[in-house]
Amino acid sequence: MLGKLSWSAIPFDQPIPLVAAALVGSVIVCVLIWVIVKGHLPYLWNEWITSVDHKRIGEMYTILALIMLLRGFTDAIMMRSQQALAFQSPGYLPPEHYNQIFSAHGTLMIFFVAMPFMIGLMNFVVPLQLGIRDVAFPTLNSVGFWLTATGALLVNISLVVGEFARTGWLPYPPLSELTYSPGVGPDYYLWALEISGVGTLVSGVNLVTTILKVHAPGMTYTRMPMFCWTALASNLLIVAAFPILTATLAMLLLDRYLGFHFFTNEAGGNVMMFMNLIWAWGHPEVYILILPAFGVFSEVVATFSGKPLFGYRSMVMATMAICLLSFTVWLHHFFTMGAGADVNAIFGIMSMIIAVPTGVKIFNWLFTMYGGRVVFAPPMLWALGFMVTFAIGGMTGVLLAVPPADFVLHNSLFLVAHFHNVIIGGVLFGGFAGYSYWFPKAFGFRLHEGLGVAAFWCWLVGFYLAFGPLYVLGLEGMTRRMQHYDVPEWHPWLLAAAAGALVILAGIVLQVVQLVVSIRDRVELRDTTGDPWNGRSLEWATPSPPPAFNFPVLPHVEGGDAYWAIKQRAIAHAALSEEPAYAAIEMPRNSPTGFICAFFATFMGFALIWHIWWMVAVAAVGAFATFVVFAWRDVPDYIIPASKIARIARANRRSRELALANLRPVR
Amino acid sequence: MMAVPAKWGKFTMRAASDRRHGPPGRLIIVLPLMLTGCQAAILDPKGFVGLSEKTILIDSLAIMLAIVLPTIAATLGFAWWFRVSNMRARYWPDWAYSGRIELIVWGIPLLTIMLLGGVAWIGSHDLDPATPLASPSSPLEVQGVSMDWKWLFIYPDQHVASVNQLVIPAGVPVHFSLTSASVMNAFFVPALGSMIYTMNGMATQLNLEAGAPGSFHGLSSHYSGDGFSDMHFEVHAMPADEFQAWVAATRNTGSALDTGTYRHLMIQSIAVEPFTYKDSEAGLFQKIVRQELPPGPGPQTGTPSLDVSPRSAH
Repeated sequence: MLGKLSWSAIPFDQPIPLVAAALVGSVIVCVLIWVIVKGHLPYLWNEWITSVDHKRIGEMYTILALIMLLRGFTDAIMMRSQQALAFQSPGYLPPEHYNQIFSAHGTLMIFFVAMPFMIGLMNFVVPLQLGIRDVAFPTLNSVGFWLTATGALLVNISLVVGEFARTGWLPYPPLSELTYSPGVGPDYYLWALEISGVGTLVSGVNLVTTILKVHAPGMTYTRMPMFCWTALASNLLIVAAFPILTATLAMLLLDRYLGFHFFTNEAGGNVMMFMNLIWAWGHPEVYILILPAFGVFSEVVATFSGKPLFGYRSMVMATMAICLLSFTVWLHHFFTMGAGADVNAIFGIMSMIIAVPTGVKIFNWLFTMYGGRVVFAPPMLWALGFMVTFAIGGMTGVLLAVPPADFVLHNSLFLVAHFHNVIIGGVLFGGFAGYSYWFPKAFGFRLHEGLGVAAFWCWLVGFYLAFGPLYVLGLEGMTRRMQHYDVPEWHPWLLAAAAGALVILAGIVLQVVQLVVSIRDRVELRDTTGDPWNGRSLEWATPSPPPAFNFPVLPHVEGGDAYWAIKQRAIAHAALSEEPAYAAIEMPRNSPTGFICAFFATFMGFALIWHIWWMVAVAAVGAFATFVVFAWRDVPDYIIPASKIARIARANRRSRELALANLRPVR
Repeated sequence: MMAVPAKWGKFTMRAASDRRHGPPGRLIIVLPLMLTGCQAAILDPKGFVGLSEKTILIDSLAIMLAIVLPTIAATLGFAWWFRVSNMRARYWPDWAYSGRIELIVWGIPLLTIMLLGGVAWIGSHDLDPATPLASPSSPLEVQGVSMDWKWLFIYPDQHVASVNQLVIPAGVPVHFSLTSASVMNAFFVPALGSMIYTMNGMATQLNLEAGAPGSFHGLSSHYSGDGFSDMHFEVHAMPADEFQAWVAATRNTGSALDTGTYRHLMIQSIAVEPFTYKDSEAGLFQKIVRQELPPGPGPQTGTPSLDVSPRSAH
């Protein structure tokens, strides 16, 4: 009836996951009770869960990322404390548990923090910057989000029902094959990523189509804000690379479920094929994450320097060069496989070549500040912290691309320090920059600035304190994923790294406090202008938060930095442009398709993990039926009347007129 | 999530693993005396390969620092000088292009990478792990097998073998052929240089040399499961005559390594104390590589099948 599922799946003998799950569970129950008692359920259902508005979906992606960041960081604290304690001692986490923690940490941070953070920002910002009302496929967008949430849910269920993979965040066979991992851990990993991978792919298809096909009049490719270009590159990579991940994991699933031999030791399976395939996805994935962050920094540095981005065309070329080159370097993840000198050298050099466009970007941001008026608001602090940190992370990355250096540093804590250096210093700082930059646009009030600055400094200092020692440990020959060790020289550095993690913890606490304080003081922090940072691109032309339709009349774009140009014209004429005639707007109807699909997908994934075959069938039929019902819908749109649009548009114009009185032409 | 033994500790674990599959008649002694000379092993190498790699590492770092440090300084300098409150700084609100700067911006990283690319190309060829080391003496052959979770070293010419302990002559190149009995691992002695993967059904090649006698820390540097953290071994590099004496002594003690003892060794065990075999069956390594001996069986708690209990109990 329930397949392999039995009471023995619940780890009653392990207090840590049980207590954690009980805490999280009770918080969820309390929130649910509060929502129901206060009568917020219809609001939640109508305005969020079934919403196909790209802004809401983007916000939900970001919220998912931030919540998962807390879970992933909890794992990080446990790993750091285990390694701090485990000198000539077993520490407090036995290998079976510790190995799950580092596997879950990597999986969560990449797939359910970094990915949804970046996709959330892209979803929210790209249509606003392109001057359009929605993405190309609004309902598909919602499906994409909810399938991602399903993946995150499955990974978290593994905390209390069964176990998570003990194979590392990439399940290298043969360790991940049935012979060596007979439990359900790898199955949780594989099905969570198969399902969320489909979500990511549809999200990528949606954003590529949107950026290529849906524009405001005059928004040609070379007038698009840099963030749209990086989003295009990132989503092209998603479309090209994620099918590789899905197929590779599917092959491993066939090995595990149906006795195939793609990657087994026996019967001609080939583990090297898995490594090539997984990194053929894995290296583009790195750029899927970092490119949108580069886009955020391009927007932030230009805005807070009061200047256009330096070398726009150069930046576009660099972005697209990275997009292409990212598919030509995967082998540098296994120089130590013994491929031979020519192969290693060529992939080493290809990996270095990618550093050229990346270096160009850094220099262009540098010259964007040159001759500007730099304001040290929190988004700009994140950008500056990024530029310094990323320069170091990029350097250690190129160092690892030199094969003979990699022969002694591969898989070491030096490597761990390097990729955290670029992922925290690049992706996460980019996410935080975007979060603090666009928060007023999304919610209509600014985030508390002082707490934001404090959080930034904690993150920055904490980062160096936590990962500087790991570089040293790598040079001392310490390899990653050790549950305990006997080498006395390693111990002090691991203590320092643990202290660094605590400083980062302080940064996270400050961010939570910042959010709470900002919500409490939202009236004082209200952004009435719609343009709190003196922005340059079209999202700042809308009120904060933007109405469902974004733009009452699609803007006519005549050059780069479209909104900056509009402002300069208004300043020159000392008046806003003439009021256009407002017409009724058709917008897509909300749809529960995404939520219901994901509901069935969750059960299907869970049933597949535990071999509950009847439930697999029921859930598959349910998901397919949801799709059929959606495909047969009659009324896809609803009309917002012209009068309502005029009212919202006029309120926005009034706030702009007030702002205009305070603006001076810049010279 | 396995059940945790009531008194979870290194000693408990070692004793338990010993009871199950440790070599017969041996008590496990905790060895905190490991690891002399492992401080900053990568930067203080004890052999030709490690020294060359350290040089490349430092040269590459220096080449990159020459551009990275000025960039960091310029980032902080520009941001500070052009801060909004600095009235002395110029403001060019529309300045966004300069061909000359673009040239420099593309040129500097390109030149750096061309230089570094040369280093990578030459280094990859000179230090390819499979390339024999230039030396007047002919290399010692060692065959290494990573197992769940220990290392087996076979000396085909000396007809001896050791577990979790590698004895080599100093000043003589060593040619390793490496494979895995089960999952992937990587063979790594940080003080000597290059690591290389071990994979079942395949043999990888590695050439190393210890410049002078000494003891070094060796380990698996590719995660391989629950016993991974204890997959370390001591490398003893000794003068040639002492090495011969060790071989002679080893040939007089312990049991022999043949297909039968190998199958016993193949069973998963953690933190196995070093021991030696007085003889090793000819061609055993080749049998492992060619999979004439099957890969390691994996966890023994429950047959690995579709219906196995999800939570493997101890």
